[in-house]
Amino acid sequence: MTEAQAHHLDEVEVTPWREYFSFSTDHKVIGIQYLVTSFVFYLIGGLLAELVRTELATPASDFVSRETYNELFTMHATIMIFLWIIPTLTGGFGNFLVPLMIGARDMAFPKLNAIAFWIIPPTSILLLLSFFVGPASAGWTSYPPLSLMTNKAGEAIWILGVILLGTSSIMAGLNFLVTILKMRIPSMTLNDMPLFCWAMLATSALQLIATPVLSGAMVLLGFDLLVGTNFFNPAGGGDPIVYQHMFWFYSHPAVYIMILPAFGLISEILPVHARKPIFGYQAIAYSSIAISFLGLIVWAHHMFTSGTPDWLRMFFMIATMVIAVPTGIKVFSWVATVWGGKLHLCSAMLFGMAFVSMFVVGGLSGVMVASVPFDIHVHDTYFVVAHLHYVLFGGSVFGIYAGLYQWFPKMTGRMLNEFWGKVHFAMTFVGFNICFLPMHVLGLQGMNRRIAEYDPKFAALNVVCTIGSYLLAVSTVPFMVNAVWSWIAGPKANSNPWKGLTLEWTVPSPPPVENFEEDPVLVIGPYDYGTPKALDVVAATLAPPPPALVGEGSE
Amino acid sequence: MKIPTAILTLIVGILITLASLWVSQNNGVLLPIAAAAEAAEIDRLFAAMMAIATGLFLLVQGALLYSLLAFRRKPDDETDADPVHGNVSLEIVWTAIPAMLVLWLGIYSFDVYQSIDSVGTMGSHNMAHQHGDMEMVAVENGPDAARLTADQGALSPDSLSQAVATEAVEPLQVNVDGLQYAWLFTYPDTGIISGELHLPVNRPVTLNITARDVIHAFWVPEFRLKQDAVPGQVTHLNFQPTEEGVYPVICAELCGAYHGAMKTRSIVHSGAEYQAWVDSQLVASQSRETMAQSVDSMSPLEHHVAAMGMPHHLHDLSPHQSDLAQAGNSHSES
Repeated sequence: MTEAQAHHLDEVEVTPWREYFSFSTDHKVIGIQYLVTSFVFYLIGGLLAELVRTELATPASDFVSRETYNELFTMHATIMIFLWIIPTLTGGFGNFLVPLMIGARDMAFPKLNAIAFWIIPPTSILLLLSFFVGPASAGWTSYPPLSLMTNKAGEAIWILGVILLGTSSIMAGLNFLVTILKMRIPSMTLNDMPLFCWAMLATSALQLIATPVLSGAMVLLGFDLLVGTNFFNPAGGGDPIVYQHMFWFYSHPAVYIMILPAFGLISEILPVHARKPIFGYQAIAYSSIAISFLGLIVWAHHMFTSGTPDWLRMFFMIATMVIAVPTGIKVFSWVATVWGGKLHLCSAMLFGMAFVSMFVVGGLSGVMVASVPFDIHVHDTYFVVAHLHYVLFGGSVFGIYAGLYQWFPKMTGRMLNEFWGKVHFAMTFVGFNICFLPMHVLGLQGMNRRIAEYDPKFAALNVVCTIGSYLLAVSTVPFMVNAVWSWIAGPKANSNPWKGLTLEWTVPSPPPVENFEEDPVLVIGPYDYGTPKALDVVAATLAPPPPALVGEGSE
Repeated sequence: MKIPTAILTLIVGILITLASLWVSQNNGVLLPIAAAAEAAEIDRLFAAMMAIATGLFLLVQGALLYSLLAFRRKPDDETDADPVHGNVSLEIVWTAIPAMLVLWLGIYSFDVYQSIDSVGTMGSHNMAHQHGDMEMVAVENGPDAARLTADQGALSPDSLSQAVATEAVEPLQVNVDGLQYAWLFTYPDTGIISGELHLPVNRPVTLNITARDVIHAFWVPEFRLKQDAVPGQVTHLNFQPTEEGVYPVICAELCGAYHGAMKTRSIVHSGAEYQAWVDSQLVASQSRETMAQSVDSMSPLEHHVAAMGMPHHLHDLSPHQSDLAQAGNSHSES
């Protein structure tokens, strides 16, 4: 190693904190920028949810005004979807992991990457500022004509925000697609890729195909709102149902944008800690593509009660149910991966297994609501609220937590505290189920959603839900303290603390700028655990670095 | 070892099946009573889905929990597990079984949908032709203006007795209007306008649903039926109430600040009770007509508003929120 190279690496070891507030084009810095920014919005969105649950602790509307209540749940969903789950999973984990996993030095378009991130902070601040003028209050679905009639300024800001965040998402999707298809090391075919890359491939395709339609809907809605056109406004002959079609053409695939990367993370985490190859690699890889494709043709299942024609209801019912097949393949494959393994039950693994467990609940209720006759009863009720939170919290957020525990050492070079990780896991798991399980019953019994006041006969279960939500709120504290403390003063992580086989574990923690000193050559499949070769590869990643590095790399 | 494993698997399978069957028979507590013919069918579908869901739930959670307990790494075991990459026959099984299950569920759901349709539930035969089962109507006048003028003529005794005679065959038509934040039910046969939905038991009903301002949704949990009320369009809901009683009518689509307060009642009467209610309403409407002659400027809706004891400004569809709120509240209390 030349002096220049060593010096170069030395600078990397201590990524100056200013770097994280700059227009950095390093995919790892951008990934962490996404993760930290969106976690802040998770807390803000969570705070809004706690206010909603506090209002719902009693049947009467007695905590916030009814108008405020509508603003709270509208912004809760908007923030959780557009500023937490999507940016964390695609922007955060996607950016940090994809180039490392495929042996690339960065993303295909580093500046586009940075632009995609830097759209988010001003947009999110704009969205938050809308609280001063009365934010959007027509639900995150923003159905006209209601969205054209309430809090016009807030609604205009919301529309602008969604267009900008959508643009950021399209940029990211394009970047991932090109990166995954074109930047892999020559020795890595598509079928040698880690499954997270497959998931990101499927996700990026959805971002590219579906998001422009959302932008189109938003532009038209904006015209209706600000210029007085009548695309969707029935008062002037417009058709509000057309908006619903355009909105859900994006927003159903958005569910897969929010869950497919989490599927990918879980497919990485389970084999490492079960010390066993992933069960059915190709089935999992191709089922991601199948879900991505099918996800594009199921949108009208959100509109079964909108007065859609019979044939349309039946088509979308069947298409939706078919998604259960590739999804089921994944779930069974994960269970089979864990089965017969030698489970290392660390925090990442616990969240990973809980992901499978909770996602199954959301998947099963998802098949139920796909059935038109049953959906006509539970549509727009708490049954749907329960279903979507089992998918997006029990699924996506548990997946995010699993990923954070898994790659925190790689990102920061420090280990998280396992004890507090398990405390965090237990509180999250229990709080989540206390909060959302009773909602299934509430919906079946007749409690509709998006209401500030409800029939007193639902009071008891709502108190349970609210208590669960408070436990969930408290559960973030051990995580945050653990993360901040460990980042500053946690024990140093070696390059491969979990003995993984994917390429990100072959570089130091945290990885240097441009990741690899020289193009890595694939010597083993991503999940070939249990082979003698795996032992050698793991041993090589743990071998002490060359003396030059030790001397200058450590503090 | 082989025989015990097989027996164990068999026992687990039997237990999961028994649990599924138990759930399919005992999920009644989860749902409110079924007060319409359609509700009973939908409940059977729900029971079937619950049985399947329970079986799959127990299978997956059981396997995960068992793994958690049985496959923990021994403290000083640093070796990897057996490198099992897959099992093609197993993968075929868990692709084929869910595929067959959803195929069956799709056909069963389709069947239920058709059968509740054949007794006239979704009223969607006129749907198939163009987008939605909706007739586009101009919002400004509202469909009611037309409906009501026609209804005034239908009040003669002749047409009334006719209506009673055809009662058994023809579904009872009720026009439903959603507005922030109340429901209005108009009976074209008799001209009755009511803030509550009164229905005779065991007679088919067709609801012609629309909205005046924003999208609402008509939902009676006991009927298991829900249909959006879309401004500028008429949607339909056909069903047959089978249990007498009083059930909530709930707005299920976010419609503004007082969405949660937009509720009224649906009362399913015996035939005689229903007739008594119709008669009492007709007497009331007679006196209302007298009143209407004296106050020329009142719109038909205002008659209703006056009769319901609502604030006078309810007919104005864009007043201040607080006024509307009052209207919504007084309505839900009435």
